[in-house]
Amino acid sequence: MARVEERIDESALGRPRGDLARLPWVSFAIIAVLVLVAVLAPLIAPHSPTEQSLPDKLLPPAWEAGGSARHLLGTDVLGRDVLSRLIYGARVSLIVAAVALLAGGGIGLIVGIVSGYLGGRTDSFLMRSVDATLTFPTILIALLLAVSLGPGLRTIAIAITVLIWARFARVVRGEVLAVKTRDFVALARVHGCSHLRIMAVHIVPNVLNTFMVLLTLHIGFVIIVEASLSFLGAGIPPPTPSWGQMVSDGRSHIASAWWLSVVPGAAIMLVVLAFNLFGDWLRDWLDPRLRQV
Amino acid sequence: MQRFVLRRLAQSVLLLFVLALIVFALARVSGNPADLLLREDATQEDRAHLLRALGLDRPIHEQLYLFLAGALRGDLGESIRYRKPATEVFFERLPNTLRLLPLAMVGALALAIPLGVLAAVYRGTLVDRVSGAVAVLGIATPSFWLGIVLIYVFSIRLGLLPSSRMGGPSHYVLPTITLGLFLVAGMMRLVRSSLLEVMGSEFVKLARLKGLSQTVVIWKHCLRNALIPVTTLFGVYFALLITGAIVTETVFAWPGVGRLTYEAVIFRDYPLLQAVILLKAIIVLGVNLGVDILYAYLDPRVRYA
Repeated sequence: MARVEERIDESALGRPRGDLARLPWVSFAIIAVLVLVAVLAPLIAPHSPTEQSLPDKLLPPAWEAGGSARHLLGTDVLGRDVLSRLIYGARVSLIVAAVALLAGGGIGLIVGIVSGYLGGRTDSFLMRSVDATLTFPTILIALLLAVSLGPGLRTIAIAITVLIWARFARVVRGEVLAVKTRDFVALARVHGCSHLRIMAVHIVPNVLNTFMVLLTLHIGFVIIVEASLSFLGAGIPPPTPSWGQMVSDGRSHIASAWWLSVVPGAAIMLVVLAFNLFGDWLRDWLDPRLRQV
Repeated sequence: MQRFVLRRLAQSVLLLFVLALIVFALARVSGNPADLLLREDATQEDRAHLLRALGLDRPIHEQLYLFLAGALRGDLGESIRYRKPATEVFFERLPNTLRLLPLAMVGALALAIPLGVLAAVYRGTLVDRVSGAVAVLGIATPSFWLGIVLIYVFSIRLGLLPSSRMGGPSHYVLPTITLGLFLVAGMMRLVRSSLLEVMGSEFVKLARLKGLSQTVVIWKHCLRNALIPVTTLFGVYFALLITGAIVTETVFAWPGVGRLTYEAVIFRDYPLLQAVILLKAIIVLGVNLGVDILYAYLDPRVRYA
């Protein structure tokens, strides 16, 4: 108990660590480039991501023997330009991450607030569901969804929502438990506010920092999940390029064309790393108590 | 204790039931499950015949009853690809996965514990930073990609290790690393943080006052307590390994239940997939239940919480 109080006091002192000067510039730059590339994909991609050209198939990257400057990162089995596919793939990763996080995070936020604020039976029912979801290997449900609903953005968004809502709900609930004992909540009640209004107007703004931090910390996770599902054939269907799919396609050519798998996989790693480090920084800046999460 | 066991058992059964309902419902929201079973060149007659054979022409509540009754008897339908009962296919493959999982678990622990201890003992030094960086990198690396890179480096470039399928001991090396590394980062952080917590407690101060050496204090007095959270999470790690095995076995063409899951997905073999999922769920829930009961037995505080 003493330790908990200490931790809260520490955070009450303000923002001791991770101020703007400590912004992880490298991560920030990687994320900025990624977003720019995704937005401007049609303008900067040297080729069409889906255009096939069999005479140019399996060209190595420009710096390897036999590579050409026309295809900087080489071409795949169908002669499609790897760099262009990578650029368009960034779009897929970001769109999936955004849709899934808003859906899953949103549901988690609502469940967490309702559960923490109302307490009692609602709380214990919702938290039991959260525990159940967390102990269960939910990725299996994601695969099941992909097979029964057919692959696509909608399916993958639902699948990832199923995977992450519980994580959000649990943390948000903890936060709400602390917020709802504060005086302004009691005052609002005395003033005659309905529970719904208190939750929406008085509780939500107070858990928003936590929510933002959770969102950022989960971007990397969601990108990896999307890539894994695509790798397993349960992601965004071809010909739309996605990084996980590219790693998967390149797998059978690893002996002769290493770049097909290695390049998109390295892109996933770099981007996830950048988002995770950025999330860590944001957590330290906005909400140091979340360190435990 | 009895009440605790019964309550946890009831919870697991309830969870399994909910899952069975989800599996049942998902096969039907997307249309008729018969369409998932039929080949593309099937005629209307084939379809009608199949509907009757599977009882899909009956009202929905009867269908649910048939499904649950079948599931209880261990009948989860026939795999489209293997033309055999899906449960049979699953149990044929299960031993291969069970050969891989313990190795990965032991390997992960053997790496995570010393690294976590070093990071905690030398907190704030270069050792801590390097192991922290390794953990961050480990979390960001997709394991399917790691497996492919390992194959490229060790099988193709260096020609040291086999890249796929089962065989002698050398076949286990790369899959074990790929599957195990999946756990190391999280485990290591957990060992580090819980060791730091234990190192600040009173009994450790006492042990130091008694004049015990640093080695004895850390490895004997502290680590034992620090490992409690790690053992509690055994069920979670197990679930992660079962999930991780899907990707790992796919990359290394390992004929276990993970690879079977992948095959069920790409061949759209719904009966096989539903069997795989329900059976894996039973295994994971069973292990979790076992761990919880064991834990409640060892630590009475858990029973009354």
